[in-house]
Amino acid sequence: MTQWSGYFGLILQGALVTIELTLMGSVLALIMAFLAGLGRLSRFFAIRALATTYIEFFRGTSIFVQLFWAYFVLPFVGISLTPLQAGVLALGLNVGAYAAEVVRGAIQSIGREQYEACTAVNLGRWQAMRHVILPQALLVMLPTFGNNAIELLKATAVVSLISLTDLTFQAQVVRSQTGNTLVPFTTILVIYFGLALIISWGVRSLERRMARGLDGVRV
Amino acid sequence: MSAPIIKIDAISKSFGTFKVLDGLSMQVMPREKLALIGPSGSGKTTILRILMTLERIDSGHIQIDGEQLYHMERNGQLLPADERHLARMRQKIGMVFQLFNLFPHKSVIDNVTLAPILTKGMPRAAAEKRAMELLDMVGMADKAKAMPAQLSGGQKQRVAIARALALQPRIMLFDEVTSALDPELVEEVLNVLWRLCSETDMTMLLVTHEMGFAHDFADRVLFFDRGKIVEEGKPDEIFRNPKQERTQAFLKKIIAAGHRV
Repeated sequence: MTQWSGYFGLILQGALVTIELTLMGSVLALIMAFLAGLGRLSRFFAIRALATTYIEFFRGTSIFVQLFWAYFVLPFVGISLTPLQAGVLALGLNVGAYAAEVVRGAIQSIGREQYEACTAVNLGRWQAMRHVILPQALLVMLPTFGNNAIELLKATAVVSLISLTDLTFQAQVVRSQTGNTLVPFTTILVIYFGLALIISWGVRSLERRMARGLDGVRV
Repeated sequence: MSAPIIKIDAISKSFGTFKVLDGLSMQVMPREKLALIGPSGSGKTTILRILMTLERIDSGHIQIDGEQLYHMERNGQLLPADERHLARMRQKIGMVFQLFNLFPHKSVIDNVTLAPILTKGMPRAAAEKRAMELLDMVGMADKAKAMPAQLSGGQKQRVAIARALALQPRIMLFDEVTSALDPELVEEVLNVLWRLCSETDMTMLLVTHEMGFAHDFADRVLFFDRGKIVEEGKPDEIFRNPKQERTQAFLKKIIAAGHRV
């Protein structure tokens, strides 16, 4: 029994790494999503092209390859990343590319009449975006952002391949040391599921809070 | 006789192959109250939208208060206006929309204070004090903290009017502001327009199907059809004794549809 509690300790440490990766990856993904999502709506061709290239490239290539590239190839051009840095970078850029399209779609879903009201009260482009369009678009983005965050959580498992001691990595350790497959993998299955539940619950309550007073009635 | 505050000179505007405005010219004097009437698609709403810079013109010139709206004078040359010029010109103009277009995520008072704080750098306290005065004038002071979704159509429209007034425009454009309202809510909005009409010296352009109100409100009525002004004159002349066949036909149709004149 004492033996098992030691192994659970290992898995809990792995859970902390997974949580850390998910949080840091989500922050990077969120930043990239807004940069690229707004970039795709830019007036300037160069910015639109850059944003589109980023989105298509990171959606169109495998996250495994992106991770290996960040960890194994970047050192050749003089950039050496720790496994954690490489993991956050690959996860954030990958999920950010998907979320960028969510940002763009949500902004475009806000009706023309809101833009016209902004013009009529003489708000500048950025003021209108910041104070009128984005606050409304954010509510549209939230449910899909929740999906993206759960995808990111699950994708963190790939970092075990670059020797980062996350949940999946620790489960492998426990399995190789005890020979037991059922217990470690069932345990991390439950933990992943629990973490995903926390994310969906968090996003839902955020959504409820932001939707207060907005009834979707014509205004 | 002072100079016109709005001078529209031979403007044309097409949407695709549909020519909405066709070489239209007109002038509006300061403090004048104008009613624009006519069948839908006649171009009356497009004029307001062009004045608010929501649509661009294909050709022609517009002067607001002696200054070009869509052009800038640089070294004696007329260049297309840039965003900064447009922003400066927009300060003179306010608009109220048929569908209110309030900001749904902001409370009533925040709808009114947002633009003065952002575009005029007004301190929040001063902006709120002014907003409360305006909300009081439109009878909405007790709803200052409410969200737009909690209001009736007539209440929303009164807030929208306060929002436009908060920027102290010299010209106010009203685009069918009662058309989306239930009949019993029309009057509360028209009452506010009455107060503005009699208590302020703003120039007001009103696109409306409320012929009775247009008659009482306007100094001058313009009848539009197919992108041109077919007939204009004092309300009594236009409504009681229209000279053009098309004006007569239009008014007949409107009366048949149950609008009072």
